[in-house]
Amino acid sequence: MVSAVVAGTAPGVERVWSVLRGVPDPEIPTIGIVDLGIVRHVQARGGAIEIGLTPTYSGCPATDVIRQLVQEALAAQGIVASIRTVVSPPWTTDWITDTGRRKLAKSGIVPPRRLLGAIRGATDLNDEAIACPHCQSLHTERLSEFGSTPCKSLYRCAGCLEPFERFKCL
Amino acid sequence: MSQAHFDYLLRLGDTSLVLAQQLGEWVGHAPALEEDLGLANIALDLLGQARLLLSYAGELEGCGRDEDALAFLRDVPQFRNLALAEQPNGDFAATIVRQFLLDAYQRELYGDLSHSKDGRLAGIAAKALKETQYHWRFSSRWLVRLGDGTEESHRRVELALAELWPYTNEMFDVDATDRAMEEAGVGPSLAAIEPRWRAAVLAILVEATLVAPKDRGKLTAGKRGLHGEALGFLLADMQFLQRAYPGAQW
Repeated sequence: MVSAVVAGTAPGVERVWSVLRGVPDPEIPTIGIVDLGIVRHVQARGGAIEIGLTPTYSGCPATDVIRQLVQEALAAQGIVASIRTVVSPPWTTDWITDTGRRKLAKSGIVPPRRLLGAIRGATDLNDEAIACPHCQSLHTERLSEFGSTPCKSLYRCAGCLEPFERFKCL
Repeated sequence: MSQAHFDYLLRLGDTSLVLAQQLGEWVGHAPALEEDLGLANIALDLLGQARLLLSYAGELEGCGRDEDALAFLRDVPQFRNLALAEQPNGDFAATIVRQFLLDAYQRELYGDLSHSKDGRLAGIAAKALKETQYHWRFSSRWLVRLGDGTEESHRRVELALAELWPYTNEMFDVDATDRAMEEAGVGPSLAAIEPRWRAAVLAILVEATLVAPKDRGKLTAGKRGLHGEALGFLLADMQFLQRAYPGAQW
């Protein structure tokens, strides 16, 4: 029974993943939703595909847009899927893939440190010294823990005087 | 559906919803751009938490009310938020004090609720806790900065603390709903939370060169639907669209 389900639906699931890899985050388009770690599962149940998405922050305004982008990308490939919002376990920046981290760094956003499971200590990681992504100077200063999106903090570099953002550890 | 369970979720959701609405009023008016963004970000987290809690409450009730119906189609006596959350924004010091006292509370509350026997609530709480840690950092640092700042900032924050402190008694006032939820393993023991809340708050007050005001025994009951006039004005604003154009949709 189980093997039949896997054999019959695995190609479909893989195809859905490959479509999802092409869906960008609407607020930080440099990174895709799969690299951001917000696609929690793709499952085939009977003949239907279910996708589990988790919000980064509870109130992230991009959540509804992401659902819509996913539906549109799948529809363009003739795939019909239902989307389920998954809240638990809560999203953590540890789920951002290495590719995602490289892409963030490349576009001038400092990627988060890995928490190694220390949930209560996540905020303390946000206090460490950060190198400026433009000139590598360590002479940087955090202006605010809350940036242009819920997931980033604002910094400025005293070396090159440029502002920059960092993904908050969560 | 148990009435206590529904009421309990409303208490949690409404406190976050009302606070989110209040903080939203600062957008474009905060002392600096960074604080404007900070308050708006916190408001957004709170609104998201309220949405998760109220949509769960609506499902539990089973009368077809979703989170929007609960947020926009209830009047003052049906709201279950702590009275502290509805106290007016006042100046920046008053907003920070209100936030600080509630952040300290939600941090302890969500920490315990993340082990609730109600799995869905535990999931929401675990997520909210992570966000609340950042809110607490924001408000406690500002409290220290204002308290240990200039003569004027100290004076204002001291005044706000004296004004708002009496509303904290309601947080730990155990009533039938709290008791029922604690017994069912859904809600935490408020008696266990209180000393932790007090320790965290007092430690920051010391750093801020402030002293906790004397308890004057005031007890509000926002969580049982008894509210001051401030909530009426807040709802009139928040619910304007649904009142003027009933049933309007995006």
